[in-house]
Amino acid sequence: MKSSEQGHREVEHTADWGLEVWAPDLAALMEEAARGMFELMGIEVSEESRCHRQLEIGADDREQLLVSFLEELLFIADSEEIAFDGFLLNVQDMSLLARLEGGFIVSRTKEIKAVTYHYLEIEETKRKLKTRIIFDV
Amino acid sequence: MVQLRDLKRLGPYEWEIPTSVRSDMRVPVRLFASGKLLDAIGGDASLEQAVNAATLPGVVGEVLVMPDVHQGYGFPIGGVAATEYPKGVISPGAIGYDINCGVRLLASRVEFDEVRGEMDDLASALDAACPSGVGKGGRLRLDEHELERACREGGEWARKEGFGTESDVARTEEGGYLGGADFSKVSHRARERGRPQMGTLGAGNHFIEVEVVDEVFDDEAARVMGLAEGCLTVMIHCGSRGFGHQICTDYVKKFQKAVQRYGIQLPDRELVCAPLDSPEGQAYEGAMRAAANYAFANRQVLAHLAREAFAKTLRGRSANVHLHQVYDIAHNMGKTEEHEIDGKRRRVCVHRKGATRAFGPGFEDLPPEYRSIGQPVLVPGSMGTASWVLVGTEKSMSRSLGSCCHGAGRTMSRRKAKRSINGGELRRELEGQGIRVRAGSMPGLAEEAPAAYKDVDAVVDAVVGAGIARKVARLRPVAVVKG
Repeated sequence: MKSSEQGHREVEHTADWGLEVWAPDLAALMEEAARGMFELMGIEVSEESRCHRQLEIGADDREQLLVSFLEELLFIADSEEIAFDGFLLNVQDMSLLARLEGGFIVSRTKEIKAVTYHYLEIEETKRKLKTRIIFDV
Repeated sequence: MVQLRDLKRLGPYEWEIPTSVRSDMRVPVRLFASGKLLDAIGGDASLEQAVNAATLPGVVGEVLVMPDVHQGYGFPIGGVAATEYPKGVISPGAIGYDINCGVRLLASRVEFDEVRGEMDDLASALDAACPSGVGKGGRLRLDEHELERACREGGEWARKEGFGTESDVARTEEGGYLGGADFSKVSHRARERGRPQMGTLGAGNHFIEVEVVDEVFDDEAARVMGLAEGCLTVMIHCGSRGFGHQICTDYVKKFQKAVQRYGIQLPDRELVCAPLDSPEGQAYEGAMRAAANYAFANRQVLAHLAREAFAKTLRGRSANVHLHQVYDIAHNMGKTEEHEIDGKRRRVCVHRKGATRAFGPGFEDLPPEYRSIGQPVLVPGSMGTASWVLVGTEKSMSRSLGSCCHGAGRTMSRRKAKRSINGGELRRELEGQGIRVRAGSMPGLAEEAPAAYKDVDAVVDAVVGAGIARKVARLRPVAVVKG
């Protein structure tokens, strides 16, 4: 967790994992969700042989953009054994441009099968955006 | 919010949520449970999710809920819903990401008492032989052609490659493959994830367990299945790995648009769906069947590896160290079946998520030797508790669309389990009970602790009490390999 303005915490779910995420804007919310997801997976990345990746993702709405971004990270983790700890995200008109920095996964304790849309809604309050994501494990 | 007070009692083990509870319900919800299990069931959003499932277009009969039900995403784990061809829908979220996650049981004539001292070696041998753990690949690396064959032929592909016998394939649900698998509807991403993971267990709640037949309740059925009291069995629980996860992910995304195209209103986006006869529905059905066949092949390869490890470890210590297959069943699948619903024979797509098929006696689909006793139903318990072998009944056909429970069912959240249970201590506790444990991750082990699950015996008593299954044998674990 970073501050009361931006952060994440694990929430109760009987069979799967839930993550509550809040941040002042959508780009920060997506970064926080990615960090929370990697934390749930117990991922540690190598400090050596750092790599950079750029992703461009479009969606029909904010929730889909969030899910698509996290799915992309899961796919990279599963197929290339790479995860990220540096994020520079820019969101405009339901398009995300993500510049990511990371490394090879040296340790991973849990498996996330998928990011779900279960009751997914990005709520807007006066000062921040907030959402709850359920992951299938 | 749906609550326990919304339930109407139909009998000692049957309850109904009538359509009057929420205006968007198309059919009622029927729950199989004892009064004792209701508190656990009412403790999460299971019933709300079952009511959400009852809003799916084209759903017929009742949405069925098994006593091991717990909250999932979109559709409850332990739920069954039939949608009618051709206009009803197919919903990836009502089948699950781990398409054809299922259970296989192998049995032997090796008496536990004669090899009791070998359990440490056997646990280590199974652990070494069957690749497991987060994201782990196996020894097989399928090329595109081999992957396509596995997706088309399922268990038969594995047998032809030398991983099993004709009897294994015959004693697998649907003969180990679903027709109509369409590899062209499988994304490149799914193929990429599937190629290195054939023959792997994965992580989470997947396991290989060595169990002893503790008590036989139906001598004839047990004899037909080759289950003998005091003898060892091996149970394997896993699914379609990253291949199935990716296919479900791909189609949940595609169907976000499909629901708009077909004007489908849903209470939860995770239930997105498309008409069975639509191009989107057909594409998903073809891809889902490919993943189902991948999972049948995966369990077949694992069974072969487990069988080799079992024989190698116990050879010379028992006269016959062969493991024969009892059965293999899916518990996350969409199947085309015919059922008598509301007095009419209907062709339906039965979505079972965390629920197994449980056909009664007399069905042509069953291996000949099982036609008189009914289909074996395999119900794994949690680590440290019993697992059960049941059979489907005539009543399961009339009351539960030939379906039954799939396990004990969680009752404690993973977060709470992690905070309240120490994986290392749990391992010592299980070892103290004579259960050898090999686990890839101690926090992962803690999440799967017996205390996080319902009492499997109570779950089985509920389905037996409701008449939708009959007891054959209880198994108790002596070694557990977790991913």
